[in-house]
Amino acid sequence: MEMPSAGPERAAWLKRNANWIRLSAMTMNHHAQLGHTGGDLSSADILALLFLGGILKVDPTQPRWPQRDRFILSKGHGAAAYYSALAARGFFAIEQLKTYMDPLSMLNGHPDRNKLAGVEANTGPLGHGLPIAVGAALAARMRKESWRVFVLTGDGELQEGSNWEAAMTAQHYGLDHLTVIVDRNRIQQGDFTENTIRMEPLAERFRAFGFAVEEIDGHATAALWDRLSHLPLEKGKPSCIIANTVKGKGVSFAENQPAWHHGVPTKEQLATAAKELDVEVAW
Amino acid sequence: MVSGASSSTSGQQLFDCRDAYMSALEEMAAADPRVCAVANDSVSSAKLKNFKAKFPDRFVNVGIAEQNMVGVGAGLANGGMVPYVCGASCFLTARAMEQIKVDLAYTKANVKLCAMSPGMAYGQLGPTHHSIEDLAWMRVLPNLAVIVPADSVETAAVMRYSLIHAGPMFLRIARVPVPRVHGDDYEFRLGKAVRLREGSDVTLIACGLMVSRALDAAKALEIRGISARVLNMSTVKPLDREAIVDAASTTRGIVTAEEALAAGGLGGAVAEVLGLEHPAPMRILGVPDVFAPTGTAEFLLEHFGLTAAGIERAALELLKREA
Repeated sequence: MEMPSAGPERAAWLKRNANWIRLSAMTMNHHAQLGHTGGDLSSADILALLFLGGILKVDPTQPRWPQRDRFILSKGHGAAAYYSALAARGFFAIEQLKTYMDPLSMLNGHPDRNKLAGVEANTGPLGHGLPIAVGAALAARMRKESWRVFVLTGDGELQEGSNWEAAMTAQHYGLDHLTVIVDRNRIQQGDFTENTIRMEPLAERFRAFGFAVEEIDGHATAALWDRLSHLPLEKGKPSCIIANTVKGKGVSFAENQPAWHHGVPTKEQLATAAKELDVEVAW
Repeated sequence: MVSGASSSTSGQQLFDCRDAYMSALEEMAAADPRVCAVANDSVSSAKLKNFKAKFPDRFVNVGIAEQNMVGVGAGLANGGMVPYVCGASCFLTARAMEQIKVDLAYTKANVKLCAMSPGMAYGQLGPTHHSIEDLAWMRVLPNLAVIVPADSVETAAVMRYSLIHAGPMFLRIARVPVPRVHGDDYEFRLGKAVRLREGSDVTLIACGLMVSRALDAAKALEIRGISARVLNMSTVKPLDREAIVDAASTTRGIVTAEEALAAGGLGGAVAEVLGLEHPAPMRILGVPDVFAPTGTAEFLLEHFGLTAAGIERAALELLKREA
């Protein structure tokens, strides 16, 4: 179904798609008995907007179209949600999601661009996405092309120093066609971020590194759509959207529980999730 | 005298491979708009001053940030550029190891790492600035071609080749001046050892600045009536297994020599081939399992026996002949 053009219907349509991504990712994690459910659920609205909401200029029939917008999933452990969004956008068959982490599957536990159409970067170790995104943004400038670059990072991931090295480069070169979206779900593998290593004041930190920053509810589909449709936040500066999200969003038993960072749902939990998300995944 | 050339004590004309790398890079950039350079502050030691002046729009200085530098290279390649990521080998490899593994090798990104001032080129600056581990580290990464040019001619040839090679490469660009061992008509072939001298008693396999020393050793051995073959194994990966097995079967043993740790580098690679395919007597010349003491590059090469005399001694010992 095409995305409705009117605001409220569009928001509802995107929310349904995000919920489908959520349940698809959970189903994949159940299938593999492995995965990162919490972060899949927190990033689903953002992924739905980017891939299905018309934000990214990409063409599934030509995944390596030179002028495409680049999206880099820096939090590569969010692969199940990412693969679900790519499949929903038509980069490969939804059927293929059933092979997640199977022996010799193209759907590795973390994305591999040489195996799967639509994947831009091999990620998994944290702190790799932003430097790659900066490079892709510099390439657009060198080639006088107008593609944009989006990178989705985790929040705990920003503890890796390489992000801040890349942030300095983005600022120095004034890469305003680069947008960093932080999935600010406040939980990392071991604990809440603020109990681990304080991330606040995160917005001020990005501002100090020369970014135009806006904090937004990462599940407020309509507002998020509006924000991502009007980039950059400020001409001449890279943009940073801090998307305040809930880890495990949409599924009562997983919400805001550090244990669900890499929790795997049982069959019964999948059924509960399907009911709460009000969507179906056919497999 | 050509710019950058100097003379050794034996009167041989010596050349800085960095001059050849720099000229080639500038020529390539003039001819191909995809060529760009990424530096980490050390614009002068990476010899990129001219490049920056000539191609300011295709020059990126990320500052002192090697992890970011390699990631930026991967992103530039994603965007269709062919980035030459240039920095001192010690920092480039050790600091950015995971980026080299994941963003370049695993990804098969079309990025060329120009590892400057490798080995013990930084002499007195000490082990923090030596890069003698790099061959072992780089050699084990799938998809990454590892090249150690022997002289300025080969450096230029490898640079030209790198632009037509689709995929990541590690190019170890010497800082210590070396004599020419190749003629002007030399053409680089990936994965092919260059037989610089025929020989039937022993084979000397070297890379980088050790190649000219191996040739000198072969001349000294000839005076003793020993016929030494010399192979320039500039491609450490993918390795020319055929040339190694041939050397093992047609000569009585192999001496390898590299300006790197004796563990895991060229010698290790050759030993793996011999062990699996054609066991033969062998000596590995390199830096033993230590961090180097203080001294100039030349002093340290002498200290560790990485000289023509050292290679000659190892060959004699291997052949059980008195020195």
